[in-house]
Amino acid sequence: MPPPLSQHLLANHLVGFLGSALLLSSFAMLAQRRMTSLVRIFALQGILLTLSTLAVAILSSESHLLFSALFTLAFKVVLLPAILFRLLDKLHIQGEVESLVNVPSTMVLGLGIVVFSFTLAAPISELASTVSKGLIGVGLASLLLSFLMMITRRKALTQVLGFLGMENALFFSAINATYGMPMVVELGVAFDVLVGTFVFGIFFFQIRETFESLDLKHMDTTSME
Amino acid sequence: MILLAIVLCPLTGALLLGAIGHRRGAAHLNVLISFLTFGISLLLVRQVFTTGPVTGGAEQLFSDGFSAIFVVITGGVGATTSLFSLRYMAIEKAHGHLTPERTRLYLALYQVFVLTMLVVLVSNNLGLLWVSLEGATLATVLLVAWTRTPASVKAAWKYFILCGVGIALALFGTILLYFASEKTLGPGGTALLWTHLDSVKSSLEPTVIGLAFIFFIVGYGTKVGLVPLHSWLPDAHAEGPTPISAVLSGLLLNVALYAILRVKVLADASLHNALTSHLLMGFGLVSVLLASLSMWKRQDIKRLFAYSSIEHMGLATFAFGLGGPVGAFAGLLHMTAHSLIKSAIFFVVGHVVQTSGSQKIPDIRNIADRTPDLARALTVGGLAITGLPPFAIFASEFLILSAAVSRAPWTLPPLLLALLVTFGVIFRRIQEMTGGFDFPVPKPLHQPILTFFPIWIHFGLALFIGLFFPETVGLLYHQALLSVGLTHGQ
Repeated sequence: MPPPLSQHLLANHLVGFLGSALLLSSFAMLAQRRMTSLVRIFALQGILLTLSTLAVAILSSESHLLFSALFTLAFKVVLLPAILFRLLDKLHIQGEVESLVNVPSTMVLGLGIVVFSFTLAAPISELASTVSKGLIGVGLASLLLSFLMMITRRKALTQVLGFLGMENALFFSAINATYGMPMVVELGVAFDVLVGTFVFGIFFFQIRETFESLDLKHMDTTSME
Repeated sequence: MILLAIVLCPLTGALLLGAIGHRRGAAHLNVLISFLTFGISLLLVRQVFTTGPVTGGAEQLFSDGFSAIFVVITGGVGATTSLFSLRYMAIEKAHGHLTPERTRLYLALYQVFVLTMLVVLVSNNLGLLWVSLEGATLATVLLVAWTRTPASVKAAWKYFILCGVGIALALFGTILLYFASEKTLGPGGTALLWTHLDSVKSSLEPTVIGLAFIFFIVGYGTKVGLVPLHSWLPDAHAEGPTPISAVLSGLLLNVALYAILRVKVLADASLHNALTSHLLMGFGLVSVLLASLSMWKRQDIKRLFAYSSIEHMGLATFAFGLGGPVGAFAGLLHMTAHSLIKSAIFFVVGHVVQTSGSQKIPDIRNIADRTPDLARALTVGGLAITGLPPFAIFASEFLILSAAVSRAPWTLPPLLLALLVTFGVIFRRIQEMTGGFDFPVPKPLHQPILTFFPIWIHFGLALFIGLFFPETVGLLYHQALLSVGLTHGQ
């Protein structure tokens, strides 16, 4: 039996609200300077992702999405932030602050990206048959915002968070466009992200050992042809 | 069964070497496993070409003629490179650059790398293909940083970040593809399976597929090293250990281009226009031009040949963009020839760097008097890679140019210019390195037969293909391209 209309509307609003909150969190990451806060925002993004998956699952009564939501909770809210906090702790960079130049212009660029993404996603949204099809643009916008973060930041850890943010955005797009990818693919992607995070971790220590800093500007001075 | 075997062989190798890779004889075990994988790949190609495409592993694994050719190239070059790395690592060890722990890491990751490339090639699921290609990046990133010099750590970081971004965009492409195919094939596991996609490719939604292809070519194109997404490639090739440069250049770039070509087939059938061809031609042409011009100022021998890899991958991409029976055939032949020749050149370069103690071209002089065998091999490599007859690259470049004459004549002048520049630069540099007037201290290589065996095998094969291209192989290539649907023109 389909749920009553009022409930539907409420859930629809909820999905929309969570989507915009996710977009907002991408902007927050773009402007945040403190390492610890960045990891917190990343964890928050994981929570938003879990809730939005849950909402879509209930709204569409696709039961496998419940599993995806549970998995996101375990992986992106608990495991990955735990690893990242541990890294911050081990590398003693909890309090580190990155100096950012041109936050306003980055933000304006970010706004442009959002407009561009929605234009690009509009024809796709029309074709989609999911309950949350309007949010495909949000996914694409978050993807490109995380991308922007990766190219504007100079610290190793921020680039990694940008990378993980991209992965979040991709997951979000998949949920809203097609109710998620086939399970085997989703697990494979998660496996890659996990291995990737460990490799990043190994790297941090190597970079620190070789350059005595995690700031990539020290790497820039290493002469290469 | 055979598909499972070809995945399990390097997997077992990786686990085994991860456990005992620090012991004596582990490097020999690596060679053994690599040759076993090569043997299985030969069995696979035989089965595919006698009884048709093979599926296995609950439909997740699949191989047709097109992928079987790449499986053999990967298996073969993987095996000969393991031989080269046996000698290379023995010399490094004698120089005191190695600890048992690092050897173990190296050997295990080598097998993981071969494994991920093979999974990309025999995966029926385009989602798993993505997972595996990302796995190949993860495996090689640690290998590039393996020497732990500041430059190598920097190169590996750049490689990691750029390819990570690229591959994320390709995942968005995969999502879009799934989105389009799910409409016809229904949700669930089958909508990303190549065998199913292939049968419904003409009814996929063109707007979505067009957008997906753009994400794919940018994403996987980063890994192919297409300009302007190439900047990780020279660094990773120059700073990693040379056996890894050989497999990166000879195999990984091919595998990434293979992924693009698979998607191109789907996109062509859905779009009914020349979008994919024009994109491939554009990216290819720009890569060829920029890479050849960048070679002018390169003072680092590995970087020089890394740019040459960008140039050749650009040529192959351009050839597939031209399309048609000749263009596609030329592209496939070019990829084969480039794999053989470029990996052998890196084998030679590895020993040149080891005997000279530097990889800067101005510091490498008078190889001809110090180690005449190496000078000879380097000259032959130079002849082969610049496309002089009778080597295989001459044949493929000739075919590419003749396809270009008939399909896009305006591309001919820039292509010829680029080929000429590459020829000039590579020869000038090789002459500088082999000649020179300092008083040479002869530096013979120990075990010359083992050292030169993989090198001459590769050059010999390239020569053989160029001189008498066996008709059966030609037929197999043609059949492979036909079955996958790449011979259709614009």
